[in-house]
Amino acid sequence: MPLDKATVARIATLARIRVPEEELESLAAEMDKIIGWVEQLDEVTTDDVPPMASVVDVELPWRDDEVTDGDCRDKVLANAPEKVEGFFAVSKVLE
Amino acid sequence: MSELNCLTMAQARDGLAKGDFTSVELTQVHIAALEASRELNAFVTETPEQALEAAKASDARRVSSNSGGGEAGSMEGLPIAIKDLFCTEGVLTTASSHILDGFTPQYESTVTANLWRAGAVMLGKTNLDEFAMGSATVTSYYGPTVNPWRRSGDDKKLVPGGSSGGSAAVVAARAALGATGTDTGGSIRQPASFCGIVGIKPTYGRCSRWGIVAFASSLDQAGPMTRTVRDGAIMLGAMAGHDARDSTSADREVPDFEAALEKGVKGLKVGIPEEYQMKGMSPELLALWDQGKAWLTAAGAEMVPVSLPHTKYALPTYYIVAPAEASSNLARYDGVRYGLREEGETLQEMYENTRGEGFGAEVTRRVLIGTYVLSAGYYDAYYLKAQKLRTLISRDFREAFDKVDVLLTPTAPSPAFAIGEKMDDPIAMYLNDVFTVPASLAGLPAASIPAGLSGDGLPLGLQLIARPFDEETMFRAARAVEDAAAFDSEPALMAGDGS
Repeated sequence: MPLDKATVARIATLARIRVPEEELESLAAEMDKIIGWVEQLDEVTTDDVPPMASVVDVELPWRDDEVTDGDCRDKVLANAPEKVEGFFAVSKVLE
Repeated sequence: MSELNCLTMAQARDGLAKGDFTSVELTQVHIAALEASRELNAFVTETPEQALEAAKASDARRVSSNSGGGEAGSMEGLPIAIKDLFCTEGVLTTASSHILDGFTPQYESTVTANLWRAGAVMLGKTNLDEFAMGSATVTSYYGPTVNPWRRSGDDKKLVPGGSSGGSAAVVAARAALGATGTDTGGSIRQPASFCGIVGIKPTYGRCSRWGIVAFASSLDQAGPMTRTVRDGAIMLGAMAGHDARDSTSADREVPDFEAALEKGVKGLKVGIPEEYQMKGMSPELLALWDQGKAWLTAAGAEMVPVSLPHTKYALPTYYIVAPAEASSNLARYDGVRYGLREEGETLQEMYENTRGEGFGAEVTRRVLIGTYVLSAGYYDAYYLKAQKLRTLISRDFREAFDKVDVLLTPTAPSPAFAIGEKMDDPIAMYLNDVFTVPASLAGLPAASIPAGLSGDGLPLGLQLIARPFDEETMFRAARAVEDAAAFDSEPALMAGDGS
């Protein structure tokens, strides 16, 4: 199935990226080409191949479930576009 | 002493230790050099005042260590540049993206913290492809970086490669002794090849990813970009090490990489992967590769043909895995916590406007591809399939390393191209990474070493790939290639060298 304009619009909504209507067509063509190109992987039979879970042979470490960080509210908020009384702030949402 | 910026890192280290000059002097020369090379657009942010302060502090530490009070660090007083993908406390960090407008980290990345602990001095933050997505440093919100090299008899501006193009350009132009890069599919090695410098991507897990703006977490790895292999060994030694804050960081001793350099390659088995000899490869690149084999043979190594049968599937595998991980990682840019916000009627609209405005074309394309391959009904067909291919690609390498100690390949399929070229076809741009992506998918250490010039006078690199956590063998072979190549060509634009 070719990647059409409607699919790209749906994907863009899922990804929360506004894509202007006039760009959808060319973006769909580009993405369709890339997806068509990656589909060459279908040439390879992989039924008995496990998907890679870890790129190097290391076991993930365990640690105690304890608080190791915190008490830094102002640092967390330092780069917020808008903050109110120690909270991140966004416009009022009434839907 | 304007030639101080032309020293290698090792020479500068020794000169500082002997007291021939101070870190303040060395840093001042580099600040002048980066000011003189601004036409390269290699820095997003210059930090000269901070650099001088750090240099002063370093000189004070050296005085105190000379009188028995503590030890000078392994990079004590050496001015370097940092790719603008590493979070630096109190210094603007942009990932060269509009969406991180004004972002000033409240913490320091582990790798940069390690470098400062070793005594290094930061000159500034270097330009990159937006979120490290690109092979030419042309997708930066802050404009393209220019390669200091020119084709002979041609003044056309060339790309420095990417994504660590700013770092590669400043090191080649002698505006920093070295620079950090990050490599997801070739972003250290390919720009190193394009700019005639050494670029090292260590084993996945050798350097902590904590505090590096994430692109594709199972592939991202930091590494040094320097003018010599020895400098790369010095700098990687300072950058590497276990970090509990990155669960994929390897809990292993960091070897003395510099000590490995002079061990030679006698008796080493060097694999030549037949699949890397691709259709349409330029004769000069093939000749350089043959030259590399001859150099290593003359130094006592044995060339062994090997096969990596799934090589041709590495790039399409990468272009599923990397965008998928990117689409997840970049979900955090929501206009709420940091960076740009574009208001909208609803919260959903605010997200969409912010991300639509904040992400450039290539980042948007990759996030959409990633979202698509992860979306319901497609996950198995694309993402799972790619992860299976990744197993096969990794297995190919493992089997090759049963027979050989290190692999020798070209780094990039071409020398640097002009700014504006390869822009209308994403896949043509992706092909830049055809030789570097396989080692990334397998997490292997790999280095690019400048080995010769193209017919039109541009640098070409050779790549050495080693077993996981065997950077030492990679360094030995890299040093042998460097020694034989005796690459001493210089770019057209060098800052303040008096020429």
